[in-house]
Amino acid sequence: MRWKPVLPAILVVAGLAVVTSMAVTSPVQNLNPPKMGEAVAADLSPVAQKVDQLLVAQLSAAGVTPAGKADDLTVLRRLSLALLGTIPSLEEIRRFEADMRPDRLTIWTNVMLADTRFNVYIAERLARAYVGVEGGDLILFRRDRFTDWLANQLRKNVPYDQSVRAMLADQGVWTDKAAINFVNAGYANEKYDPNKLAGRTVRAFLGQRIDCAQCHDHPYDHWKQKEFEGLAACFGQLDATLVGVVDEPTLKFEIVVPTEVGEEPKTRIVEPKVPFSTEWYPTAGTPRDRLAEWVTHPGNKRFERAIANRVWGLMFGKPFLSERPVDDLPDPENMEFQARTEVLDLLGADFRAHGCDLRRLIQVIASTDAYRRSSLHPASGPHEHELWGVFPLSRLRPEQMIGAMLQSNSVKTIDQNSHLFSRAFRYFKEQDYLKEFGDPGEAELEQRTATITQTLLNMNGEFAREMSQTGVFATPGTLRQFSPTPDALLDNVFLTCLTRRPTDAERSYFREQLPEYSKETDETVLEDLFWTLYNSPEFSWNH
Amino acid sequence: MPLTTHDWSRRDALRIALAGGVSFLLPAIEGRAVEKRGADRPTSLITLWMGGGPSQLETWDPHPESKNSEKIRAIDTTAPGMQISHLLPQMAEQMKHLSIIRSLTSKEGDHERGSYFVQTSYRPDPTVRHPSLGSILVSELPNPKVEIPNHVALCDGDGFTVPRGGYLGDQYDSFRIFDPGQNLQNMRQSLDAPRQDRRLANLAVVSNAFRAGREARVEGTLHQQTIERALTMMKSDQLKAFEIKDETKETLARYGDTRFGRGCLVARRLVETGVRSIQVTLSGFDTHANNYEGHLTQTKIMDPAFASLVKDLADRDLLASTIVLCIGEFGRTPRINPLGGRDHWPHGFSAVIGGGGLAAGRVIGASAADNQTDEKPIKPTTPIEVPDLYATILDRLGVEFSKELITPIGRPLKVCEGTPVEQLLS
Repeated sequence: MRWKPVLPAILVVAGLAVVTSMAVTSPVQNLNPPKMGEAVAADLSPVAQKVDQLLVAQLSAAGVTPAGKADDLTVLRRLSLALLGTIPSLEEIRRFEADMRPDRLTIWTNVMLADTRFNVYIAERLARAYVGVEGGDLILFRRDRFTDWLANQLRKNVPYDQSVRAMLADQGVWTDKAAINFVNAGYANEKYDPNKLAGRTVRAFLGQRIDCAQCHDHPYDHWKQKEFEGLAACFGQLDATLVGVVDEPTLKFEIVVPTEVGEEPKTRIVEPKVPFSTEWYPTAGTPRDRLAEWVTHPGNKRFERAIANRVWGLMFGKPFLSERPVDDLPDPENMEFQARTEVLDLLGADFRAHGCDLRRLIQVIASTDAYRRSSLHPASGPHEHELWGVFPLSRLRPEQMIGAMLQSNSVKTIDQNSHLFSRAFRYFKEQDYLKEFGDPGEAELEQRTATITQTLLNMNGEFAREMSQTGVFATPGTLRQFSPTPDALLDNVFLTCLTRRPTDAERSYFREQLPEYSKETDETVLEDLFWTLYNSPEFSWNH
Repeated sequence: MPLTTHDWSRRDALRIALAGGVSFLLPAIEGRAVEKRGADRPTSLITLWMGGGPSQLETWDPHPESKNSEKIRAIDTTAPGMQISHLLPQMAEQMKHLSIIRSLTSKEGDHERGSYFVQTSYRPDPTVRHPSLGSILVSELPNPKVEIPNHVALCDGDGFTVPRGGYLGDQYDSFRIFDPGQNLQNMRQSLDAPRQDRRLANLAVVSNAFRAGREARVEGTLHQQTIERALTMMKSDQLKAFEIKDETKETLARYGDTRFGRGCLVARRLVETGVRSIQVTLSGFDTHANNYEGHLTQTKIMDPAFASLVKDLADRDLLASTIVLCIGEFGRTPRINPLGGRDHWPHGFSAVIGGGGLAAGRVIGASAADNQTDEKPIKPTTPIEVPDLYATILDRLGVEFSKELITPIGRPLKVCEGTPVEQLLS
């Protein structure tokens, strides 16, 4: 082919064009406040206020003074990490600071909820509860299709209960109707595992763990083995056929009955059955259709509590009942927890009343005083934490960590509008970094500490080094180009990495390293400053 | 008799470790582990992980009489009466040190689930992550004299082949080295001392700003302790255990110029330094097509590396304190599929184990080679469950295998639900 010899030349020219276009773009533009998604629901505050009243009453009963208010930039960082999986860019920080409206945090929450990154990021976090992180069956399971579908449901703001019903009951081909991958994630060793699906359904959508009732009655909750079997039987007609996943009415859910040694194994047939409130379980439809109706039934308090607890966890880094796993809520009838779960019931009722709108739920939580509290508090007893008197510290997830490092390497926001090059760069870096950093898997809202592998990765790793280099296109270099004074430079570096300006002590300490500041200042000072901020606890712990 | 009986020192050390990973505060290491003898020497486990599920028929359980196994010959080994596949001539020389189990069974025929089961001895459970065998060892038998990671995974492989700490905590995850002997996975400091000092001084300033007003909670993150441990590691002489540049060309050639070969060599060096648990992974056994050719390639990598490792451990008097286990997530079907491959077969597969005072030269169990399918497998004789294998290893290394640990949500779980395999102990 004649064009082959010129291909490298074309690529070079194209590459140069790309690089040039990046270089000529002003790093910070558009200081106007955001326009999209500004409409704030007027009736947010009554619910948020009720939540706060409940918490404050419990705090004062426990004799705890709650922490003060966090400053707005800290809250902006929290929101960005929780909703977009990354920290705010310098560009966003400048726009935020130029926004003088008193309710700017609420407005900016809305802006984030309208951002495509929100759909993709929250879909991935929720998918962990629905299909786990395992690769699953090579042919019958497509996790990528599932997360795309979930992101699309979020983008279209499909009511949450409707999405859950699709996951539980849809029929068809899993590549086309991607919700089906929820049940296909329960396909292993060449058959569906109704037990696994029953356990996951209750954990993911009702926020409770009944898995141990598969083999014996639950040791301390009321769940009985028989109840578990009936739920599992709802998945007993699942069949993967050439035309996709169907419910085959002739299939029965059989359970092996324990027998004496030497006896022929016996089985018994279990009919689909729900463990309580059978009046919500319709008589018509496939067993999965009926289960889906029952799980999402407006009377099923567990359903709304579960999602309120999980969304609270995504926002705060810990579920509302922070001492328990996110999917291990007490029964609604359990009086021991009544006072504490009242907040979940309040949030849940509001969620239902507004058409199971996840964005609304997030807005309500984000506008509570509890969410905007400082993480600074002299005491550290259990009450401050359990009653949300102080904002908790929680370790950034791997993709938040890498998102934050990549974002701090770019003055402009890296999002779907970013250049293909930036997005590809992010994708490949993310894969490499995740491989070394390790993924926490499904147990994502459990509290974690730093590990030696992760610490070494950030201290000596290739990625951290690249991110702190002072190239023309990297932030460290760019910041130096447009920071006229050493103080401006320090402000910009701290804002870029930690979303705050340096303290007086920090400022005077680092000023000494920049004695004769100019654009030719020793590059290593700047690189070391970036390294310092990447390795600080403040960077890798949400606060 | 278990190899480690000093319960009191174990508990003390555990307490120290629990106090926040402060092993760097302890006195400097007294000589290398290799210089110690007898009961003083730390015990270790080396697991050679055969990723993808190796065929028992092409390795430890040849059935030349089978019509589905025509290309394999059985050859004699240095263990009387024990025969293995002709693809493993160097291992045949070493089998006097080792035993073969030909009757392992599992119910998990998927790579990810099977690996989880064989690495933890528990089937996957959505409400709890079980710790791997290596994580249990490092948590139950802390070794404060080791400044480098005490639980190491060498070579590449799918994420799920990497042993994890599960409910014991992330600090018991294995430390992963992707290319052993070639790089140190961020363990060496890349900067000159003045700059490193400046960075650490900077870090103290910024960390203090964050600590102020939330001291106790920032302590709880273990952030600073982990950085200090990392710094101790970066300065430690023990890091040399990860290097192979002072090994002779002859030694390197013996192990084989492969990632797995270098991994086995580094594993030996880590044992000499006292590292408790090491896994070396060799992926590529998933031979759904061209099974024989696939195993020809794989055994050429595995045979010299495994044999050199066993020989060196024996020559250096390290085998008595080191258990070596070679295992994968399952075996492969006795019948050959239309693509000339073998598919997944958890119903009867093989493992090789030896060292640490375990019985050598034994063959446990026997599998059938023909006339069985996935629906109707023929049960091997003397079936051995994976939990039993693990109880054996834990017992030999001095861990009370039946004791209950409490998971973070307060659920008691046995370390291992098996009972030791008598044929391996006596």
